[in-house]
Amino acid sequence: MLDLTPKEITERKALRINPCKTCQPVGALYCALGVHKCMPHSHGSQGCVSYHRSVLARHFKEPAIATTSSFSEGACVFGGGSNVKTAVKNIFDIYDPDIIACHTTCLSETIGDDLNTYIQQMDIPTGKMVIHCNTPSYVGSHINGFFNMMAGFIEYLAEKADICNGKIGIFPGFVNPGDMREMKRIAELVKADYIMFPDTSGVMDAPITGRYSMYPKGGTKIADIKKLGAVRRIIALGEITEQEPCMVLKRKCNIESDIMPLPIGITNTDAYIMSLTRLTNAEVPYSLEEERGQIVDIMLDSSAHVFGKKAAIYGDPDTVLGIAALVLEMGMIPKYMLTGTPMDSFSKKAQVLLNKYGVADQCQVKAAGDLFELHQWIKNETVDILIGTTYGKQIAKAEDIPMVRAGFPVLDRHAHALQPIVGYKGALRLVEMILNAILDKQDRICADEDLEIVL
Amino acid sequence: MQEREKILDNYTAKVFKNRKDHIVQLEESGVSQEIAANSRSIPGMMVNRGCCYAGCKGVVLGPLRDVVTITHGPVGCGFYSWGTRRNKANNPDGRNFIQYCFTTDMQESDIVFGGEKKLKQAIKEAVEIFHPECVLICSTCPIGLIGDDIQAVATWAQEAFKIQCVAFSCEGYRGVSQSAGHHIANNGLMKHIIGTGDALPHAGKHTVNILGEYNIGGDGWETSRVLKRIGYEVLNVFTGDGSYEGIKDSHIADLNLVMCHRSINYIAEMMKIKYGIDWLKVNCIGIQETIRSLREMAMYFNDPVITAKTEEVIADEYAAITGDLDFYKEKLAGKTAGIFVGGSRTHHYQSLLKELGVKTVIGGYEFAHRDDYEGRDVLPSIKLDADNKNIEEITVNKDEAKYRLVIDRERFEELKDKIELEEYKGMFRDMDSGTITVDDFNHYETEKLMEIFKPDIFYSGIKDKYMMVKAGMPARQLHSYDYSGPYSCFQGALNFARDSYMAIYAPAWKLIEAPWKTTSTLMGKIGGAQ
Repeated sequence: MLDLTPKEITERKALRINPCKTCQPVGALYCALGVHKCMPHSHGSQGCVSYHRSVLARHFKEPAIATTSSFSEGACVFGGGSNVKTAVKNIFDIYDPDIIACHTTCLSETIGDDLNTYIQQMDIPTGKMVIHCNTPSYVGSHINGFFNMMAGFIEYLAEKADICNGKIGIFPGFVNPGDMREMKRIAELVKADYIMFPDTSGVMDAPITGRYSMYPKGGTKIADIKKLGAVRRIIALGEITEQEPCMVLKRKCNIESDIMPLPIGITNTDAYIMSLTRLTNAEVPYSLEEERGQIVDIMLDSSAHVFGKKAAIYGDPDTVLGIAALVLEMGMIPKYMLTGTPMDSFSKKAQVLLNKYGVADQCQVKAAGDLFELHQWIKNETVDILIGTTYGKQIAKAEDIPMVRAGFPVLDRHAHALQPIVGYKGALRLVEMILNAILDKQDRICADEDLEIVL
Repeated sequence: MQEREKILDNYTAKVFKNRKDHIVQLEESGVSQEIAANSRSIPGMMVNRGCCYAGCKGVVLGPLRDVVTITHGPVGCGFYSWGTRRNKANNPDGRNFIQYCFTTDMQESDIVFGGEKKLKQAIKEAVEIFHPECVLICSTCPIGLIGDDIQAVATWAQEAFKIQCVAFSCEGYRGVSQSAGHHIANNGLMKHIIGTGDALPHAGKHTVNILGEYNIGGDGWETSRVLKRIGYEVLNVFTGDGSYEGIKDSHIADLNLVMCHRSINYIAEMMKIKYGIDWLKVNCIGIQETIRSLREMAMYFNDPVITAKTEEVIADEYAAITGDLDFYKEKLAGKTAGIFVGGSRTHHYQSLLKELGVKTVIGGYEFAHRDDYEGRDVLPSIKLDADNKNIEEITVNKDEAKYRLVIDRERFEELKDKIELEEYKGMFRDMDSGTITVDDFNHYETEKLMEIFKPDIFYSGIKDKYMMVKAGMPARQLHSYDYSGPYSCFQGALNFARDSYMAIYAPAWKLIEAPWKTTSTLMGKIGGAQ
């Protein structure tokens, strides 16, 4: 496995090998799926949306709907206006969504198609809507696409109002529906009246009923997105992912936000709850305190098995930062923190976190990195566990390192997208997975006389 | 109302006008009807098609194991085609690049100022790190638009590094589907790689190439195993577990076997003209079709040893599976199926399903051409539209030094009447009356067909699979085999039967409905009763 990867690291200026990111449109598509009765639309060649739908279907094991402008060579020359107008008419006629969320691709961005103008020229049925955002694939990563689509919805829909509607807006970040459900459960426990946007729970984790429904029950309602313009405050989870949508909402509707880390780990979950209760003035119920006490208990009980162990954590910036925070709380060292998303703020935030635990000098952090480089680092100095997306399994196999799957995409396991890694419940799940992975390897490789029955 | 009309009924006039010619309900079993194919999809229809890049890099070039294939463009296309197609490959010489994804990951400044410099640097880095013999470059959408001259970069790389470097202008918007990409990949391989080796024909051996076999789930390995047992030498597989080193010498084969007609008939045709190699349309999916293919090969070579061995291997391989197969046949008998795949498998699997007692009631292709449905007889009457005219047609000439006829032309003509030599009769001839075939199927039509025909199992791809499962219908992916396989030849048929059985008989199908939906748990007392 990966036999051709040399240990010696050479500087690469142009060749990306085994990327740890993908392109903007898939993030935009995922965001749009978190809006009820929304059809995501890709303004580009057919292949883009075919790839995006496939990767989403493989990650969630769910249908991922989206349409395309089906660019031909002619459309590249004359512009894709006619294609997108035909597409929108057909989508409303045949698939009947309430809203179509268009995103661009590297193709339509390169030829400079102006979706804003096209949308104004469209004949949109009464009561229906078309919105758009720009997602050039050659800028940033799928994370940019996700937040650009959020910003697109806000730009088009959020309505400023003189009277606050008393609700709290929760932006969940680029996470799984299982995480969104956990964030909502916590919000409900502290009596928050909230709007979550986007919300893929009930869409990308829909139950089987024996009847296929193109638009499952979940997703943020359009009316609720409109209300985001008059909420008390936004709690935005994901310090890197949520900057842009919060800025747009502030500019458009003067709404303030608490932009905070994804609630992965104890401290980050505490911060989320504190932020919520500051707004709701509600007491934190005993049930949540109990959950918190349980996970901290487990962390202390199992500490000796993981203390000082080194982890390589890779994936999306906010996810990596969150998991690193949990790993540090467990007494482990996030020796390598790597994201493919090219954002310097990731490195800065990682340094702050590592400094807090006094381990910065033992760790290596990189934004705009790739898994080839991560593997080379590991070849030079190994780790005890890999935590990240499916593609790391090649490294795990090559180097015989235990692995825990988390983040996007996870293409080779089931049920993960329905379960949280956020909140105390999510921390409990991650801690259990990390412990199991490390102990399973220990049991597998140890001498017979060292096989412990009790641990 | 015929089922076909029910599907078309909801369409607006404009969409109806286009789609009506792409949906055919066969009037008479095995009798071909005209179908519209290989034309532009209608925007907004949620089709399953991919793009030219997917056909070129994803399908044809991707499986080559010893080449560094650099996707020139933003990161996405390279990422999505990384390890997602199950084209398995061995590592005989330590040169397996299949596990890797290489891309220039173009940034905004590369789009503005051009990406040639970055591409050159990327090739330089690839050569320095991996020392490949061959580098392939595949363009994605923006490249053609910004005008990067990747052909010039390839020429530069050949000279600078003394390697083979071939550039493929397979931007996603070219053509109407993956099909354009297959053609572009075929052209590039033919122009620059096939026949560049200096090996001499292996005298005394019966040497074959298998074309259009991508080794999904190990199909190519299983087919090769059976062929080797009979005594054939399998020279190269195009391109599953194939290699640059190998295909350079593919011109020395005695016969080309064509598995996926759609994606590789171009190379078969061109190798015939240039090197004189005859081609035979085979189908190693399904027991009877495998037997037919093996017998036709034996007829072609007309070697009594091979002929005898063919029968021996058929009998032996068949005997090895019959017991288990009978169990699955009993379980699957009387079931109906729908198959929506790319451009060949919908036909290939119908024979196997029939053997298992399953009737195919719905068939569909994403990117087939008319000849894949109606047979090669229609080739002269196919008119090229503007989209297809943009795909280069290359002309090859007879290579006097390497041209070689294995059987004399009289015998060739005689065989042509008996076996599928340079012939493909299309899918319709194997379908029954009343069955429906959809070209460039879309989400709406798929859903509608499911409702109307209610097949017991649907074989399709990842984009449809979960929608069917939600509707309570067993579904198997026929692109990736749902991570199973091989499905080719005799053992493969058994695997396929087992997987189909598992899909239909999974116990959890019976759990979909909660008991309280059908049984009341409300208890009450009748008023007045004491």
